[in-house]
Amino acid sequence: MHLFNVQKTLHAGKLTEKILKLFMATGNENILSLIQSLNIQHILLPVLPTKNMSVEIKDNEVDIVITALQPDLTSFMEDWRPIISQFHIIIVKEPGLEEDLQIPQGFDHQIYTGSDIQRIAGHTSITFSGHSCCYIGYLVSQKKYVISIDSDCLPARDKNGCVVDAVAQHIANLQTPATPFFFNTLYDPYRTGADFVRGYPFSLRTGVQCVLSCGLWLNLADYDAPTQAVKPNERNHRYVDAVLTVPARAMMPVSGINIAFDREIMGPTFFPGFRLPEEGKQRWESMEDIWCGLCAKVVGDHLGHGVKSGLPYVWRSASANRGDAFGSLKRGWEGVKLMEEVVPFFQSVRLPRTAVTAEECVFEIAKMVSERLGQSNAVFSKAAAAMIEWVKLWKTVNSQQA
Amino acid sequence: MATGRVAPASVPGTPLLKDELDIVIPAIRSLDFLETWRPFFQHYHLIIVQDGDPSRAIRVPEGFEYELYNRNDVKRILGPRAACISFKDSACRSFGYLVSKKKYVFTIDDDCFVAKDPSGKEINALEQHIKNLLSSSTPFFFNTLYDPYREGADFVRGYPFSLREGVPTAVSHGLWLNIPDYDAPTQLVKPLGRNNRYVDAVLTIPKGSLFPMCGINLAFNRELIGPAMFFGPLGDGELIGRYDDMWAGWCTKVICDHMGWGVKTGLPYIWRNKAINPFLNLKKECNGVYWLEELIPFFQCVTLPKECTTVQKCYIEISKQVKAKLGKLDPYFNKLAEAMVTWIEVWDELNPPTNAPSGPVKGK
Repeated sequence: MHLFNVQKTLHAGKLTEKILKLFMATGNENILSLIQSLNIQHILLPVLPTKNMSVEIKDNEVDIVITALQPDLTSFMEDWRPIISQFHIIIVKEPGLEEDLQIPQGFDHQIYTGSDIQRIAGHTSITFSGHSCCYIGYLVSQKKYVISIDSDCLPARDKNGCVVDAVAQHIANLQTPATPFFFNTLYDPYRTGADFVRGYPFSLRTGVQCVLSCGLWLNLADYDAPTQAVKPNERNHRYVDAVLTVPARAMMPVSGINIAFDREIMGPTFFPGFRLPEEGKQRWESMEDIWCGLCAKVVGDHLGHGVKSGLPYVWRSASANRGDAFGSLKRGWEGVKLMEEVVPFFQSVRLPRTAVTAEECVFEIAKMVSERLGQSNAVFSKAAAAMIEWVKLWKTVNSQQA
Repeated sequence: MATGRVAPASVPGTPLLKDELDIVIPAIRSLDFLETWRPFFQHYHLIIVQDGDPSRAIRVPEGFEYELYNRNDVKRILGPRAACISFKDSACRSFGYLVSKKKYVFTIDDDCFVAKDPSGKEINALEQHIKNLLSSSTPFFFNTLYDPYREGADFVRGYPFSLREGVPTAVSHGLWLNIPDYDAPTQLVKPLGRNNRYVDAVLTIPKGSLFPMCGINLAFNRELIGPAMFFGPLGDGELIGRYDDMWAGWCTKVICDHMGWGVKTGLPYIWRNKAINPFLNLKKECNGVYWLEELIPFFQCVTLPKECTTVQKCYIEISKQVKAKLGKLDPYFNKLAEAMVTWIEVWDELNPPTNAPSGPVKGK
């Protein structure tokens, strides 16, 4: 251990409490006197009783965002009524849909149509067609939290046959801390009946704020076109009774079908940037939510927040299977091919310490996308441009609302 | 050391890997628990390592084929290097891993019994571990539907196809119903805490993520990761008690990440029946709880150079870093680092890299 290393560490801005202790532990007189002369001191953390990072989420802090890809939402909303009726609902009508929406009585809701989308974001090059119109809902929401469920999904039943309140579960996931720095083998330690296992460091038991809750699907799982084509009759019957934090730096595919997030913190990371040329209205033909999820995970990791995956389940009905997986395949493997570049890219993203908000992080990622991926495919340069436009749009809309 | 003879018994289906897997059991209390496991274990070879007083006779139920080692056997076989095998807190099972000649090892504690799944069916934990070990792992990208190789599951949309072949699975970490593996402070606060939640999942722990590996219900590919499974001198009376399996787990995960192998956790469950004495455990563990705060950051920072192309080289490299970084904090870590080196020496001697069988002669 040399004096040189201490100086190098200082200049690189990498001196942390942990590294300081290691330097001091060397007992090297030169190092100790350098530390003293620079007046580098330990940060004394007050000893507090264990208090974890739980938050309380009230109903009026939540927006439910629903995209209407077909006009009749009656049965969807009736099926979800006991679960969503106490919340404010934003319904975004797919821009290409011409008929009026049919919405049952008794819901506090707001509808956004193609002309609203045009008014809000028409000046940008961002497209909000298909499932991507949900992002307008995220944009215009004035609540702290957003929960979004596809309109071909119904409430699921758990192993005891009880209806799963997916909204309450998402809220519980966001309310309780996430634990991304060390894996707990009994999954979410904050659930009733669970806890941290032996060997889990106590200093990590307070957890960090959970900013994204990714739910799952029974019946029709969210598979891509090749898998759908090969296994058209496969259904997901396995109810896995777990929520878990996806570890820091682990990347994952986030599906937009059943999702909830802290809009205030993470809103800018959800946008329709990554559009495939032959994209249709089937989930298996798009990857924009996968792209957002990778951004969100990178941003969350960088800002020190957590992402959970697992419960709640929703029941994805057969109507989600309309369309021809083989046909989608024939139109091109584009999305599947592009993921081969996308995943290694996101795994390698390192954000500067100066990026301290999601907007700043997305902006930085957009620059990296442009530099590193822009050359290989126009989809990437368009995504980068869309990300930058989105951040500007987000700032504008949010400052108007403030 | 004693060997038993197999008695003829009816075969409950075709056992998998019966000539390629050893079951290693640290015998602390008694081996009566084997009766409940008989239908699942009877075709496998057992290596029993007797903890504690070697003059105490351990009775092995009839009908199992086994080798039994006590502390005297370990001293006889390893000589002065026997000191690296701890006979406290079931760490003695490492000796079983050392002398096994099989490709796979399954280890289980003697207070673990057959659990039932939610349908009431008895769980063949060994079979599930074998399934986990024989199917690939996916540490480079998290699959939200958990193990994609299980029936009824697959990779989700967005999962890169180039990663769908997976990598070899080195470790299968099982869980526990009834008495969960909590530390002493948690046991004190929740004396009635029971794990009743059956989570029907196996998943790969992502690369770069450490976890607390519990040795109670564990299986691994000995040919791949055996040298890292040193449940070192971290037992009762040592500086850090009750963390011998944790230590092996952190070394194992760092090495698996480096070598590109996977670690799975989740199913199978076993049913754990254990009289917990949280006050006694607290006394044994309080140092461990304290030192954990240094050990985890240490393991999170361990980097292994490209030249570490074998598990042994990785392990020796870790022992050097233990000495260099942790040795400054307490001399105990120098002793631990030396024990790690001794372990590798002994491992290589008893498991030379040839196909010809070698090692100590079994039987008296």
